[in-house]
Amino acid sequence: MGELFWILVSAMVVNNFTLYYFLGLCPFMGVSARVETAVRMGMANVFVMVMASLCAWFLNTFILPHAPYLRLISFIVVIASFVQIVEMVIKKISPKLFRQLGIYLPLITTNCAILGLALFQTNRGYGLVQGLFFALGAGLGLTLALVLMAAIRETGELSDTPDIAKGMAIVLIIAGSLSLAFMGFAGLLSST
Amino acid sequence: MSPRETTAQVDFFRGVWKENPVIIQMLGLCPALAVTNTVANSLAMGFATFFVLTGSSLLVSLTKKWVPSEVRIPTFILIIATFVTVADMSLEALVPVIHKQLGAFVALIVVNCMILSRQEAFASKRPVGRSLLDAFGTGVGFIIAMVMMGSVREVLGNGTLLGYSLFGPNFEPWVIFILPPGGFLTLGFWLLFFNWWQKLREERAKVREWPDGVAAPVEGRAA
Repeated sequence: MGELFWILVSAMVVNNFTLYYFLGLCPFMGVSARVETAVRMGMANVFVMVMASLCAWFLNTFILPHAPYLRLISFIVVIASFVQIVEMVIKKISPKLFRQLGIYLPLITTNCAILGLALFQTNRGYGLVQGLFFALGAGLGLTLALVLMAAIRETGELSDTPDIAKGMAIVLIIAGSLSLAFMGFAGLLSST
Repeated sequence: MSPRETTAQVDFFRGVWKENPVIIQMLGLCPALAVTNTVANSLAMGFATFFVLTGSSLLVSLTKKWVPSEVRIPTFILIIATFVTVADMSLEALVPVIHKQLGAFVALIVVNCMILSRQEAFASKRPVGRSLLDAFGTGVGFIIAMVMMGSVREVLGNGTLLGYSLFGPNFEPWVIFILPPGGFLTLGFWLLFFNWWQKLREERAKVREWPDGVAAPVEGRAA
């Protein structure tokens, strides 16, 4: 149990996917202008990540031992088709949820955080349960980073930013400071 | 969308600087921030991406007649993934040390939005020669951006350039620059610098118009 907890915490804050591994930067820069959309995007991410982790575990256990060179190709195809299926199912079962997720669900397919999760999980040799906790932590960490970023940007809209820093420059510098702050969590792991 | 008429020169140089994938279009940020902590890593990543981009542009352009537009994106991704697998295995065989440091990020070239955007915006619509030129240009632009990031981070964060010590033993390395936050900060400062530079140029030459193609709408930036 302790091990699972630390996998979760480590993926969530210590080795945060966005701020430590630079994965999922596109949504981080693109949809972090408002807190509300950031939360939704984050939640959609958590969901797809857990699903992707399941897919990756399945492929790793049953199929890839016979053809290791197909790893990358099969991951991307399976994850993309799975997201497509999930999208159709949600549209059928709960149109309300579908509307709320909107464009974010298909966008997630090409999000590098999802493929990154599948690859990291494989490289570290996580089993099914470990993988699920890892995915949950990574997704929550992504949400946390997105929401923090959105909150800072919402506040920052009113402040007097110098001309040359407007746009992406200030966003990157804020992200740098956030990443710096998250490095403080590194102490959590070494104390165990 | 009917292709805008451009000369071969424009096709090549557009990607190198005026529409530099990283600095101007902000595409392919994951590798540009994640593996640029030394110049050697940046170069390896730059060349791997260059190879994948050129190979996929060639193949996409060659096969564009037979790929129905409904399934073009999955086809692009499959083509890209094939080249990435080749690049991944070649790096592992040729430079195992660097391959180990780059880790999963070589495989993650697949989801580099820069490559997909070039296929969608260019290679799937133009002749083979032009697509290759465009891929060369964009690839060179990407390598330039990677080296810009990598050199700043290695010099400040480690006091070395390509492994050679620059400042002697008394230099206290600014470690933060080779750690993750340094990636964000370095790119942020480069952008500050270029914004400042562009503002300066605009003020100096207020009447001069920007040439065609600059600050064109970023296509295929979905991911």
